[in-house]
Amino acid sequence: MGAKNAEDLPEEVESWIGKERYQEQTEFPIEMGYVYTTCAAVENGNPLFWDGDTAEELAGGPIAPPTMLSAWFRPHFWAPGRTKVAQPLQVHFDLKEKLDLPEAVMTDNTIVFGEPVRPGDVLTTCQVLHSVSALKETKLGTGRFWEIEVRYTNQNGDVVGTEWYTGYGYRRNG
Amino acid sequence: MTAQTTSLTAAEVDEGARLPELSYDVTATTVVLGAMASRDWRPMHHDYDFAVNRNGTKNIFLNTPNQAAWFERYLTDWSGPKGRLGRIQFRMKDSVFPGDTMVFGGVVKKVADDESGCSWADLEIELKVGDKVVTGCTARMALPKDESDNPWSRKGQDWKP
Repeated sequence: MGAKNAEDLPEEVESWIGKERYQEQTEFPIEMGYVYTTCAAVENGNPLFWDGDTAEELAGGPIAPPTMLSAWFRPHFWAPGRTKVAQPLQVHFDLKEKLDLPEAVMTDNTIVFGEPVRPGDVLTTCQVLHSVSALKETKLGTGRFWEIEVRYTNQNGDVVGTEWYTGYGYRRNG
Repeated sequence: MTAQTTSLTAAEVDEGARLPELSYDVTATTVVLGAMASRDWRPMHHDYDFAVNRNGTKNIFLNTPNQAAWFERYLTDWSGPKGRLGRIQFRMKDSVFPGDTMVFGGVVKKVADDESGCSWADLEIELKVGDKVVTGCTARMALPKDESDNPWSRKGQDWKP
């Protein structure tokens, strides 16, 4: 974190650096259905998520796996009245568009966990762009690395987590 | 390795100790299930044609939050349910594709208490496919100091991940 910024960035992209953007709430209260689906996807048998008595004893009731944080903020693929696909981590997609880099992958992810996330919680998030690199060649193509912080709080104002992503937006060579 | 119903205490964990390996054969279903569970609808995680012809990768591949979920599962399989993740950091050097066998391995680098008395294990984890480390990970995990301790009860100034 804290990489040096490129000197050839569009003014609009420079204006995003260090700013809290896209503050939004979860589209639905936290629910256990996705918890079970997530645990099933990785065959996570932790009784903290499957056994009510264990959850009550250890965490005072059911909680979600900490690493699910970002899942709660991915928008529905479709919703009534929505005219285009809503994107999670919108700053990442803004960068792709403004820097004319049609492809992108994530390379690094850091998550620091705070208060547990519980069913019924309504979470709030915002995104902060921290850096955008100069153009770099990789095996995928030519592009730029960028660092984005995502902050998560619950309805009580408790920090439930903070996440940092390094993305690489690129144009394929040839 | 499968999930533990009992929990390791910090006193039972030695620096330098290796975690048991976890091996898993990845299929297209593994990738798609993980993407859908994490509400990641991006096509490179379910659409072969998009992944190959747009992204330039050799197949669909595991998405980032699903890799985080795999690391969490690996760590809590080892620690038991009282183990509480404080921090996880990983770098994806290459992708995980259907047909790959993922092998998770790890080592305890440090065990120490912080000023609030919380016991922490710092771990280094590798996700390998064949001989290649595709994702390197470091994690900081709170473990109970003894059988009466419970890291999940910590909050505020007593939780410093």
